[in-house]
Amino acid sequence: MRRRSVLPGFTLTLGYTLAYLTLIVLIPLVTLPLRAASVPWAQFEATITDPRVIASYQLSIGASFVAACVNGVFGLIVAWVLVRYSFPGRRILDSLVDLPFALPTAVAGITLTTLCAPNGWIGQLAEPYGVKLAFSRVGVTIALIFIGLPFVVRTLQPVIEDLDVEIEEAATSLGARRLKVVTRVILPYLYPAWLTGFALAFARAIGEYGSVVFISGNMPMRTEISPLLIITKLEQFDYAGATAIAVVMLTISFAMLLVINALQGWTTRRVAG
Amino acid sequence: MLTEPAAIRVLLTGTCLGFVALFLVLPLTVVFVEAFRNGIGPYFESVREPDAIAALELTLIAAAFAVPANLVFGVAAGWAIAKFRFPGRTLLTTLIDLPFAVSPVISGMVFVLLFGRQGVLGPWVAEQDLRIVFAIPGIVLATIFVSFPFVAREVIPVMEAAGTQEEEAARVLGASGWQTFFRVTLPNIKWGVLYGAILCNARAMGEFGAVSVVSGKIRGETNTLPLHVEILYNEYMFQAAFAVASLLTLLAVVTLVVKTILERRLHGGSA
Repeated sequence: MRRRSVLPGFTLTLGYTLAYLTLIVLIPLVTLPLRAASVPWAQFEATITDPRVIASYQLSIGASFVAACVNGVFGLIVAWVLVRYSFPGRRILDSLVDLPFALPTAVAGITLTTLCAPNGWIGQLAEPYGVKLAFSRVGVTIALIFIGLPFVVRTLQPVIEDLDVEIEEAATSLGARRLKVVTRVILPYLYPAWLTGFALAFARAIGEYGSVVFISGNMPMRTEISPLLIITKLEQFDYAGATAIAVVMLTISFAMLLVINALQGWTTRRVAG
Repeated sequence: MLTEPAAIRVLLTGTCLGFVALFLVLPLTVVFVEAFRNGIGPYFESVREPDAIAALELTLIAAAFAVPANLVFGVAAGWAIAKFRFPGRTLLTTLIDLPFAVSPVISGMVFVLLFGRQGVLGPWVAEQDLRIVFAIPGIVLATIFVSFPFVAREVIPVMEAAGTQEEEAARVLGASGWQTFFRVTLPNIKWGVLYGAILCNARAMGEFGAVSVVSGKIRGETNTLPLHVEILYNEYMFQAAFAVASLLTLLAVVTLVVKTILERRLHGGSA
């Protein structure tokens, strides 16, 4: 039971927390699997194995994975540079990393599309090589890199700050070259936080909608992401179909949540130990 | 301090700057270049147009409900979770973060399934002569849902770090519960609360996916600013779309500035 405490308000605040959580989050979320349970299995199966739906899952998961990998590499470099090096404008750059959190996704969507369109600032550089950035899978991935960037940087930053310089010094004084110190001492220490950041970016990207719909072009079987397919079905009042796709996505999200929780536990133990 | 050879340092810093310039600075610049493409006059015309004003009002209404509601919840949850130990405490913390794990589209969809015409509570809603989905209440609910965890997740660690000793001392000295909260706890956590509220507000005003599902997008009625940006863009009114988008971008920039100032107060300089 709870520790005896002289502080008041436990029943009030916990009661309010549970009531508000249940009303705003839990009841609405539970509606989804309940509604899915009322869909006949044959119809449910037909929806989620429809080639167009499968193509959307493959795109959502595949592009999210590639984007998270890109963020894994560049996020590590950005986090390392921000913590370890000093240069003019470092603080502004540090604040700017959170832009994808603060900028509404619709704004990110139309902006990236304008940049990457064939006549856009970046798009016209790729055009002569026959590479289409906007309205292609590359475009989807670009949008997902944008929204995932802060996760890797912000997860790694505090861990790099906590890195014990003495361990590096010890390894160096024992004769290890810098490269060896980085690969044998520093990277293994950062590994759990790095994976956590990767998983957070990946999880966020799978469900992302606003920044992707503009740049993707939304061609069925090619550049149509799962969240868009849900909206399409809802607009056709095909609630059963939308629910079926959504339940699969929700299951993937919750599986990712479990993985992330486990990774965060690992990070905390690594940093504390 | 140990560090990499100078050449590697320059290479890594250059890569970092290049990546940030490409993915963050360039998009930020494009918003304003496109918004002012036809000059100042058309910019202000697009921003002052009645549908844009109506969208701005609805965005402010949604945030005016979502931020205070989630702020009160965040502080209450912080008090229960940080000041007391009870079974299920970790599970509760995980459940509070749930809205972050759910796709925005699904966050909006659950309210359609609940209150829509074919929804579980649909017949009851119709009987009461209420409109929730494709109306303002649905937009407010979806906004509260997506911005739900922000204040709580900032307040809980700040309250935990502050401990319980000061409150216990106040109680022993005869302060009432509310006195203890307002005179002792609140001054300790105010920057954390403000930090959470700023992030909550940014998400509430900028939400697109969830609101897009519940809104029905009736011009001048159920359109928020992000939805208005989408409509203008899809009608090929690019300059107007970016003009409205520039308002949301300014909100994002202000959010980042305030956030940075608060972080210095919270962590004393680092981060």
